[in-house]
Amino acid sequence: MRLESTAIMTIQCFLRCLSVCVLVSCSTSFRTLAADWKSALMPATDAWKDTPQIFTFNNGAEPESIDPALITGVPESRIVNELFEGLVTLDPKTLEPRPGVADRWEISDDGLVYRFHIRDAARWSNGSPVTAMDFYRSWKRVLTPSTGAAYVYQLYAVKGAAAYSRGEISSFDEVGISVPDRATLRVELAAPCTYFLDLVAFHTLMPVPVDAINAHGDQWVHPTHFVGNGPYVLKSWEPRQKIELVPNDDYWDRSTCKLERVVVLPYDDVDTSYKLFLQGKIHWLPAIPIARIHEVQRNPDYYAMPYLGTYFYRLNVNRPPFDDVRVRKAFSMALNRESITRHVLKGGQQPASWFCPPVAGYEPVKGLQYDPEGARRLLRDAGVDVESGNTLRVELLYNTSEAHKKVAEAVAAQWKKNLNVTVALRNSEWKVLLGDMSNLNYQIVRSSWVGDYGDPNTFFDMWITGGGNNRTGWSNARYDALLAQAAAERDKARRNLLFQEMERILVEEELPIIPLYIYVNQGLLDEAVCGWFENVRDYHPLKYIWLEE
Amino acid sequence: MPGYVVSRLLQAPVVLFVLVTITFFMVRLAPGGPFASERRLDPVIEKALHEKFHLDKPLPEQYGYFLADLLKGDLGPSFKHRNQSVNQIIAATLPQSIVLGGIAITVALSIGLAAGVVSALKHNTSWDYTAMTAAVVGISLPTFVIGPLLQLQFAVYWTWLPLAGYEGMGRPSYLVLPAVTLGLPFAARIARLMRAGMLDVLQQDFVRTARARGMPEYIVVFRHAFRGGILPVVSYLGPAFTQILTGSLVVEKIFQIPGLGREFVEAALNRDYTLVMGTVIVYGVFVVGFNLAADIAYGILDPRVQYEGA
Repeated sequence: MRLESTAIMTIQCFLRCLSVCVLVSCSTSFRTLAADWKSALMPATDAWKDTPQIFTFNNGAEPESIDPALITGVPESRIVNELFEGLVTLDPKTLEPRPGVADRWEISDDGLVYRFHIRDAARWSNGSPVTAMDFYRSWKRVLTPSTGAAYVYQLYAVKGAAAYSRGEISSFDEVGISVPDRATLRVELAAPCTYFLDLVAFHTLMPVPVDAINAHGDQWVHPTHFVGNGPYVLKSWEPRQKIELVPNDDYWDRSTCKLERVVVLPYDDVDTSYKLFLQGKIHWLPAIPIARIHEVQRNPDYYAMPYLGTYFYRLNVNRPPFDDVRVRKAFSMALNRESITRHVLKGGQQPASWFCPPVAGYEPVKGLQYDPEGARRLLRDAGVDVESGNTLRVELLYNTSEAHKKVAEAVAAQWKKNLNVTVALRNSEWKVLLGDMSNLNYQIVRSSWVGDYGDPNTFFDMWITGGGNNRTGWSNARYDALLAQAAAERDKARRNLLFQEMERILVEEELPIIPLYIYVNQGLLDEAVCGWFENVRDYHPLKYIWLEE
Repeated sequence: MPGYVVSRLLQAPVVLFVLVTITFFMVRLAPGGPFASERRLDPVIEKALHEKFHLDKPLPEQYGYFLADLLKGDLGPSFKHRNQSVNQIIAATLPQSIVLGGIAITVALSIGLAAGVVSALKHNTSWDYTAMTAAVVGISLPTFVIGPLLQLQFAVYWTWLPLAGYEGMGRPSYLVLPAVTLGLPFAARIARLMRAGMLDVLQQDFVRTARARGMPEYIVVFRHAFRGGILPVVSYLGPAFTQILTGSLVVEKIFQIPGLGREFVEAALNRDYTLVMGTVIVYGVFVVGFNLAADIAYGILDPRVQYEGA
């Protein structure tokens, strides 16, 4: 129902755009283009004005912080994306970069220098202008280790940034960030980075009110001291109770914000929030009670969309039996992933024998297909007596959770059936598992990865030799070389070929990991909600959302 | 008795000190640290964070920092909630737990005492059997079953009460279902203890004497029997008050009440060392305080109790 109304709306908007274009002779091609993408996101009629624009959604957790430099989680980013705005924002439909605080930018021919021009109307919520200096100071703050910015590496594409952060250079002047005038930010990269604009849209690179932070310390995020530059401001923050947002009257694009009040609930009990949704108390619930999935799926408000995240198992390649690539391959080939997504998960997850979800035009490779006979053959070659079955026992470690347990049990049953291998399941709490994973104190461990930006690189650079997120002990010189080659490659098609080559090494030849499935985002969205678009980043800027009964 | 109270009050800080010390070292020895995450931190950032929170120092030195701050009444910043101090978190959550717990205790005591007295007086009648069956059910049913059942009946089918959430002290309707859920298992235990205590006292000589002297039954029951019969309940109430008032993970989660119970559990899971210490201290103060209060109440109610040093 929602999709239909979206389609109608899009058509109406299209017609309206046409008429606008006919009436007004377009002065510059850029402006026409800009108007096009935006008007496609606006309501076609004024009918929405009859509905009170108070939007309530369940964010699922109490945000740990709303400091753009510090946050790491999804609940935090949902709020921060409203309270702050980067130089660039993303199109909620296509996820392409769109003007944010910068109304335009130029990229040098060699792809190394970006010049962002900050719009005149950009303001902080206290009325003062947003300048290039704000970005300079905010980015410097991110790169200063004592800030403790977990996502500091989102700035490492900038020349000298990593070296400054690691203390290898002491002068910030050597970092490729400069302010030629108060409305221009010049950024020089260490190497061409095809997805740099995507990074600029990320919350780590959003501006923060450095003066307010210096004045109030950790307390600057509290509503009395809060200063932001996003479409919404913090009206109240009652810890673990709710957060209220109202439009920022100083925001340059205030007229686009249609919601007059947004209530953000931190409810972490999905059964309770589901009941509240059924009572009409919540417009958007980005989670569903898995135990009642069949009932939920019959609800017309249910949605499921692919997410930029992969569920997989890491294998410890330093320890037998997974130090033998034949064993690793056999374990992957002995898995019928479709049976797991269909009968265990049931939420439309995509079974995946590859690692990187389709993103930005990238087509993943096939991976090793389900082939129990071939798997047994490989295991026999590796010297395992498959028939008697008493020779191989492995341990599968997962973090304590009903959902992970179900998947692990299904996987163990398949390995038992297809390979005659005994799999001992061990669960431990999250922080303990992370410790074991980092210390390579496991044989098989449940893992997941969610992309930080819309480029395959976010799924491949983690497997570099010795990388902090590798955590398998695996190392491959050819893979490392391909990664470096991809980093220097500016042609998108050639770059994607390099990534495919890496993925083949990862999931067809070497298998330090066994991918299982691509995540889906499931949830419930009231049909009164308009201007909310499905995308792989689960990114739904409130400024484009409105309510229409 | 005043001497006894003073000596107990002097013991309290020692007990708390031991508790705090053991907790401090145990939580730090648990595997996994506060900054472990799916995305491994850049070593530079990890080092900076460790420095910021003194985790780079040897344990005894960290302990020294902690004690020094504690003496100033500062429990430090939370590791997880990066813009909040532990003092702020406790101040924001403890009041809800106390209010909710206070109502739950009232519910538990009124239902429990009434049911216990009635079943003792109507011993081995259908009154007794009904009340005790209900009590057994109440004890056996966990709150995560009672809570959703009450939600379903009173908030979904009948829509008399809000389903979940918290809207401040001014909207007490939000507290009814959670308070009942929290109180019922305690009511059940109180009913059983009260019944046992009453049955015991009702058979004693001084009760028989009172009845023989023709005292009205209500005076026998409420002035003489009740006072003795409630003693098992009183000794149970010390720890029970602590449990109720410091919040319940399950009830706070089902009804989404911003209370301290959840912080207590989540802090441990997150290895939020400072918040663990803060919640343990609050919990410890309550345990010590209510146990002392229960002991004092015991002496007032039961003239046979003699306190050492009294």
